[in-house]
Amino acid sequence: MTSTAVEEIVESSSDVLPENPWITIVWNDPVNLMSYVTYVFITYFGYDREKAEKLMYDVHLEGRAVVSSGTREEMERDVGAMHSYGLWATLQKDD
Amino acid sequence: MSDSVDDVEGDDESNTGWQVGAGFRRTHFGRIVGHFTDEERELLENLVRQMVEFVSPAPLDADADPLARLVGIDADAEIPEDPALLRLLPDAYPDDPEASAEFRRFTERGLRESKLANAQVLLGSLEHSGSKITLSAPQAAGWLGALTDLRLTLGHRLGIVGDDDHEAWYGEEDVDDEINALRFVYDWLTWMQESLVHALMPS
Repeated sequence: MTSTAVEEIVESSSDVLPENPWITIVWNDPVNLMSYVTYVFITYFGYDREKAEKLMYDVHLEGRAVVSSGTREEMERDVGAMHSYGLWATLQKDD
Repeated sequence: MSDSVDDVEGDDESNTGWQVGAGFRRTHFGRIVGHFTDEERELLENLVRQMVEFVSPAPLDADADPLARLVGIDADAEIPEDPALLRLLPDAYPDDPEASAEFRRFTERGLRESKLANAQVLLGSLEHSGSKITLSAPQAAGWLGALTDLRLTLGHRLGIVGDDDHEAWYGEEDVDDEINALRFVYDWLTWMQESLVHALMPS
Protein backbone atom coordinates (compact mmCIF):
# COMPACT_ATOMS: atom_id res chain seq x y z
CA MET A 1 0.00 0.00 0.00
CA THR A 2 1.30 3.48 -0.76
CA SER A 3 1.85 6.10 1.92
CA THR A 4 -0.98 8.17 0.47
CA ALA A 5 -3.44 5.34 0.99
CA VAL A 6 -2.26 4.84 4.59
CA GLU A 7 -2.73 8.53 5.32
CA GLU A 8 -6.21 8.44 3.89
CA ILE A 9 -7.22 5.53 6.07
CA VAL A 10 -5.79 7.10 9.22
CA GLU A 11 -7.50 10.36 8.41
CA SER A 12 -10.86 8.79 7.68
CA SER A 13 -10.83 6.47 10.67
CA SER A 14 -9.99 9.21 13.18
CA ASP A 15 -11.83 12.18 11.71
CA VAL A 16 -14.76 10.98 9.70
CA LEU A 17 -16.02 7.59 10.72
CA PRO A 18 -16.88 8.13 14.41
CA GLU A 19 -19.31 10.92 13.51
CA ASN A 20 -20.54 9.19 10.38
CA PRO A 21 -21.54 5.71 11.41
CA TRP A 22 -23.10 4.64 8.10
CA ILE A 23 -21.23 3.20 5.13
CA THR A 24 -21.97 2.42 1.51
CA ILE A 25 -20.63 -0.90 0.24
CA VAL A 26 -20.24 -1.78 -3.44
CA TRP A 27 -20.27 -5.52 -4.13
CA ASN A 28 -18.51 -7.39 -6.88
CA ASP A 29 -20.56 -8.60 -9.81
CA PRO A 30 -19.42 -10.57 -12.86
CA VAL A 31 -20.86 -8.22 -15.47
CA ASN A 32 -19.76 -4.66 -14.76
CA LEU A 33 -16.53 -3.66 -16.44
CA MET A 34 -13.55 -2.72 -14.29
CA SER A 35 -13.10 0.42 -16.41
CA TYR A 36 -16.76 1.39 -15.96
CA VAL A 37 -16.68 0.89 -12.17
CA THR A 38 -13.59 3.13 -12.03
CA TYR A 39 -15.43 5.69 -14.19
CA VAL A 40 -18.40 5.64 -11.78
CA PHE A 41 -16.21 6.17 -8.70
CA ILE A 42 -14.46 9.11 -10.38
CA THR A 43 -17.65 10.61 -11.82
CA TYR A 44 -20.02 10.26 -8.88
CA PHE A 45 -17.73 10.52 -5.84
CA GLY A 46 -15.16 12.80 -7.45
CA TYR A 47 -12.32 10.49 -6.38
CA ASP A 48 -9.03 10.79 -8.21
CA ARG A 49 -8.10 8.00 -10.55
CA GLU A 50 -5.71 6.31 -8.11
CA LYS A 51 -8.30 6.10 -5.35
CA ALA A 52 -11.06 5.05 -7.77
CA GLU A 53 -8.92 2.25 -9.19
CA LYS A 54 -7.90 1.06 -5.73
CA LEU A 55 -11.53 0.85 -4.66
CA MET A 56 -12.42 -0.90 -7.92
CA TYR A 57 -9.71 -3.52 -7.32
CA ASP A 58 -10.90 -3.96 -3.72
CA VAL A 59 -14.39 -4.70 -5.02
CA HIS A 60 -13.02 -7.02 -7.70
CA LEU A 61 -10.56 -8.94 -5.54
CA GLU A 62 -12.14 -8.81 -2.07
CA GLY A 63 -15.73 -9.02 -3.27
CA ARG A 64 -16.72 -5.70 -1.73
CA ALA A 65 -15.42 -2.30 -0.71
CA VAL A 66 -16.58 0.57 1.45
CA VAL A 67 -16.84 3.45 -1.01
CA SER A 68 -18.24 6.19 1.22
CA SER A 69 -19.29 6.98 4.77
CA GLY A 70 -21.62 9.56 6.26
CA THR A 71 -25.09 9.98 7.64
CA ARG A 72 -27.77 7.43 6.88
CA GLU A 73 -29.48 9.88 4.52
CA GLU A 74 -26.23 10.53 2.66
CA MET A 75 -25.56 6.81 2.30
CA GLU A 76 -29.08 6.20 1.03
CA ARG A 77 -28.39 8.83 -1.61
CA ASP A 78 -25.09 7.17 -2.56
CA VAL A 79 -26.67 3.72 -2.73
CA GLY A 80 -29.48 5.04 -4.92
CA ALA A 81 -26.92 6.65 -7.21
CA MET A 82 -24.90 3.43 -7.45
CA HIS A 83 -28.08 1.55 -8.38
CA SER A 84 -28.84 4.05 -11.12
CA TYR A 85 -25.33 3.44 -12.49
CA GLY A 86 -26.05 -0.31 -12.35
CA LEU A 87 -23.62 -1.09 -9.54
CA TRP A 88 -24.72 -3.40 -6.75
CA ALA A 89 -24.55 -1.36 -3.53
CA THR A 90 -25.93 -1.54 0.00
CA LEU A 91 -25.70 0.57 3.13
CA GLN A 92 -25.30 -0.40 6.74
CA LYS A 93 -24.24 0.90 10.10
CA ASP A 94 -20.49 0.76 10.54
CA ASP A 95 -20.32 -1.41 13.66
CA MET B 1 -16.08 -7.80 -12.48
CA SER B 2 -15.28 -8.18 -16.13
CA ASP B 3 -11.95 -7.04 -17.54
CA SER B 4 -11.98 -8.65 -20.94
CA VAL B 5 -12.45 -6.66 -24.12
CA ASP B 6 -13.45 -9.17 -26.71
CA ASP B 7 -12.61 -8.44 -30.29
CA VAL B 8 -16.02 -9.10 -31.70
CA GLU B 9 -15.04 -7.90 -35.15
CA GLY B 10 -13.14 -11.07 -35.88
CA ASP B 11 -15.94 -13.58 -35.65
CA ASP B 12 -19.06 -11.67 -36.56
CA GLU B 13 -19.83 -13.56 -39.75
CA SER B 14 -19.64 -16.96 -38.12
CA ASN B 15 -22.08 -16.01 -35.39
CA THR B 16 -24.76 -13.76 -36.74
CA GLY B 17 -23.92 -12.77 -40.27
CA TRP B 18 -24.04 -9.07 -39.48
CA GLN B 19 -21.35 -6.47 -39.65
CA VAL B 20 -19.93 -4.73 -36.62
CA GLY B 21 -18.99 -1.04 -36.74
CA ALA B 22 -16.11 0.75 -35.09
CA GLY B 23 -17.41 1.49 -31.58
CA PHE B 24 -16.67 4.81 -29.90
CA ARG B 25 -13.55 6.92 -29.87
CA ARG B 26 -12.49 10.42 -28.85
CA THR B 27 -11.64 12.70 -31.75
CA HIS B 28 -8.71 15.14 -31.78
CA PHE B 29 -11.21 17.83 -30.84
CA GLY B 30 -12.31 15.89 -27.77
CA ARG B 31 -15.67 14.80 -29.13
CA ILE B 32 -17.05 11.32 -28.52
CA VAL B 33 -17.92 9.74 -31.85
CA GLY B 34 -19.21 6.28 -32.64
CA HIS B 35 -19.72 4.53 -35.95
CA PHE B 36 -22.48 1.97 -36.30
CA THR B 37 -23.77 -0.25 -39.05
CA ASP B 38 -27.49 -0.35 -39.82
CA GLU B 39 -27.70 -3.82 -38.25
CA GLU B 40 -26.12 -2.56 -35.05
CA ARG B 41 -28.44 0.41 -34.82
CA GLU B 42 -31.48 -1.76 -35.38
CA LEU B 43 -30.40 -4.37 -32.84
CA LEU B 44 -29.51 -1.76 -30.24
CA GLU B 45 -32.82 0.00 -30.70
CA ASN B 46 -34.71 -3.29 -30.29
CA LEU B 47 -32.80 -4.20 -27.16
CA VAL B 48 -33.30 -0.80 -25.56
CA ARG B 49 -37.03 -0.79 -26.37
CA GLN B 50 -37.31 -4.14 -24.60
CA MET B 51 -35.41 -2.64 -21.68
CA VAL B 52 -37.88 0.24 -21.53
CA GLU B 53 -40.74 -2.24 -21.16
CA PHE B 54 -38.76 -4.25 -18.64
CA VAL B 55 -38.02 -1.38 -16.23
CA SER B 56 -41.12 0.79 -16.68
CA PRO B 57 -43.00 1.17 -13.39
CA ALA B 58 -46.65 0.18 -13.20
CA PRO B 59 -48.98 3.19 -13.52
CA LEU B 60 -49.66 4.74 -10.13
CA ASP B 61 -53.06 4.07 -8.64
CA ALA B 62 -55.43 6.94 -9.48
CA ASP B 63 -56.35 7.09 -5.79
CA ALA B 64 -52.74 7.48 -4.70
CA ASP B 65 -51.94 10.39 -2.43
CA PRO B 66 -51.24 13.37 -4.77
CA LEU B 67 -48.23 14.46 -2.75
CA ALA B 68 -46.81 10.93 -2.80
CA ARG B 69 -47.34 10.87 -6.57
CA LEU B 70 -45.56 14.18 -6.92
CA VAL B 71 -42.40 13.04 -5.10
CA GLY B 72 -42.44 9.56 -6.62
CA ILE B 73 -43.37 7.54 -3.55
CA ASP B 74 -44.83 4.20 -4.53
CA ALA B 75 -46.65 2.51 -1.66
CA ASP B 76 -47.04 -0.65 -3.77
CA ALA B 77 -43.39 -1.13 -4.74
CA GLU B 78 -42.37 -4.69 -3.90
CA ILE B 79 -39.27 -6.80 -4.39
CA PRO B 80 -39.22 -7.88 -8.06
CA GLU B 81 -39.84 -11.59 -8.57
CA ASP B 82 -37.65 -11.69 -11.68
CA PRO B 83 -34.03 -12.04 -10.45
CA ALA B 84 -32.75 -10.05 -13.43
CA LEU B 85 -35.03 -7.16 -12.48
CA LEU B 86 -33.98 -7.50 -8.83
CA ARG B 87 -30.38 -7.07 -9.98
CA LEU B 88 -31.38 -3.74 -11.61
CA LEU B 89 -33.45 -2.70 -8.57
CA PRO B 90 -31.57 -4.26 -5.63
CA ASP B 91 -32.35 -4.18 -1.93
CA ALA B 92 -30.47 -1.39 -0.17
CA TYR B 93 -30.15 -2.95 3.29
CA PRO B 94 -28.55 -6.42 3.20
CA ASP B 95 -29.82 -7.61 6.59
CA ASP B 96 -32.92 -5.51 7.07
CA PRO B 97 -35.90 -6.44 4.86
CA GLU B 98 -38.12 -3.82 6.48
CA ALA B 99 -35.69 -0.97 5.84
CA SER B 100 -35.15 -2.28 2.30
CA ALA B 101 -38.90 -2.31 1.66
CA GLU B 102 -39.22 1.23 2.99
CA PHE B 103 -36.29 2.41 0.85
CA ARG B 104 -37.88 0.73 -2.15
CA ARG B 105 -41.22 2.50 -1.61
CA PHE B 106 -39.46 5.84 -1.52
CA THR B 107 -36.93 5.36 -4.31
CA GLU B 108 -37.73 2.52 -6.69
CA ARG B 109 -39.96 4.58 -8.96
CA GLY B 110 -37.25 7.22 -9.28
CA LEU B 111 -34.64 4.55 -9.98
CA ARG B 112 -36.80 3.04 -12.72
CA GLU B 113 -37.29 6.52 -14.16
CA SER B 114 -33.53 7.18 -14.18
CA LYS B 115 -33.07 3.97 -16.17
CA LEU B 116 -35.84 4.98 -18.56
CA ALA B 117 -34.20 8.38 -18.99
CA ASN B 118 -30.90 6.69 -19.92
CA ALA B 119 -32.72 4.47 -22.40
CA GLN B 120 -34.43 7.51 -23.94
CA VAL B 121 -31.09 9.29 -24.33
CA LEU B 122 -29.76 6.30 -26.24
CA LEU B 123 -32.89 5.96 -28.39
CA GLY B 124 -32.89 9.71 -29.06
CA SER B 125 -29.32 9.72 -30.34
CA LEU B 126 -30.03 6.69 -32.55
CA GLU B 127 -33.06 8.43 -33.94
CA HIS B 128 -31.33 11.71 -34.67
CA SER B 129 -28.19 10.46 -36.34
CA GLY B 130 -27.05 8.14 -39.05
CA SER B 131 -24.19 5.69 -38.95
CA LYS B 132 -22.04 8.31 -37.18
CA ILE B 133 -23.18 9.20 -33.67
CA THR B 134 -21.67 12.13 -31.76
CA LEU B 135 -22.31 12.24 -28.02
CA SER B 136 -22.07 15.05 -25.49
CA ALA B 137 -20.76 14.08 -22.04
CA PRO B 138 -24.28 13.85 -20.52
CA GLN B 139 -25.45 11.77 -23.48
CA ALA B 140 -22.46 9.46 -23.09
CA ALA B 141 -23.36 8.99 -19.42
CA GLY B 142 -26.89 8.01 -20.45
CA TRP B 143 -25.51 5.53 -22.97
CA LEU B 144 -23.23 3.96 -20.36
CA GLY B 145 -26.13 3.54 -17.94
CA ALA B 146 -28.37 1.98 -20.59
CA LEU B 147 -25.61 -0.34 -21.85
CA THR B 148 -24.98 -1.42 -18.26
CA ASP B 149 -28.64 -2.30 -17.71
CA LEU B 150 -28.72 -4.24 -20.98
CA ARG B 151 -25.57 -6.18 -20.09
CA LEU B 152 -26.77 -6.90 -16.53
CA THR B 153 -30.06 -8.25 -17.84
CA LEU B 154 -28.65 -10.23 -20.74
CA GLY B 155 -25.77 -11.48 -18.58
CA HIS B 156 -28.26 -12.75 -16.02
CA ARG B 157 -30.33 -14.49 -18.69
CA LEU B 158 -27.14 -16.12 -19.99
CA GLY B 159 -26.23 -17.41 -16.54
CA ILE B 160 -23.28 -15.12 -15.75
CA VAL B 161 -23.44 -15.19 -11.97
CA GLY B 162 -19.79 -15.80 -11.05
CA ASP B 163 -16.58 -14.14 -12.25
CA ASP B 164 -15.54 -17.22 -14.27
CA ASP B 165 -18.85 -17.91 -16.00
CA HIS B 166 -18.19 -15.70 -18.99
CA GLU B 167 -14.69 -17.06 -19.55
CA ALA B 168 -16.13 -20.59 -19.51
CA TRP B 169 -18.10 -19.87 -22.68
CA TYR B 170 -14.99 -20.11 -24.79
CA GLY B 171 -14.30 -23.72 -23.85
CA GLU B 172 -17.79 -24.96 -24.65
CA GLU B 173 -18.66 -26.98 -27.71
CA ASP B 174 -21.98 -27.70 -29.43
CA VAL B 175 -23.64 -24.57 -28.10
CA ASP B 176 -27.22 -23.92 -29.20
CA ASP B 177 -27.37 -21.39 -32.06
CA GLU B 178 -29.73 -19.06 -30.23
CA ILE B 179 -27.56 -19.04 -27.11
CA ASN B 180 -24.53 -18.45 -29.27
CA ALA B 181 -26.20 -15.46 -30.92
CA LEU B 182 -27.17 -13.98 -27.53
CA ARG B 183 -23.63 -14.52 -26.25
CA PHE B 184 -22.36 -12.67 -29.27
CA VAL B 185 -24.74 -9.79 -28.55
CA TYR B 186 -23.51 -9.70 -24.94
CA ASP B 187 -19.87 -9.55 -26.05
CA TRP B 188 -20.72 -6.89 -28.60
CA LEU B 189 -22.41 -4.74 -25.90
CA THR B 190 -19.38 -5.26 -23.65
CA TRP B 191 -17.02 -4.19 -26.39
CA MET B 192 -19.15 -1.13 -27.22
CA GLN B 193 -19.35 -0.06 -23.58
CA GLU B 194 -15.62 -0.54 -23.10
CA SER B 195 -14.92 1.61 -26.16
CA LEU B 196 -17.20 4.34 -24.76
CA VAL B 197 -15.59 4.30 -21.30
CA HIS B 198 -12.14 4.56 -22.87
CA ALA B 199 -13.27 7.39 -25.12
CA LEU B 200 -14.51 9.29 -22.05
CA MET B 201 -11.61 8.37 -19.79
CA PRO B 202 -8.45 7.58 -21.75
CA SER B 203 -6.09 5.27 -19.86
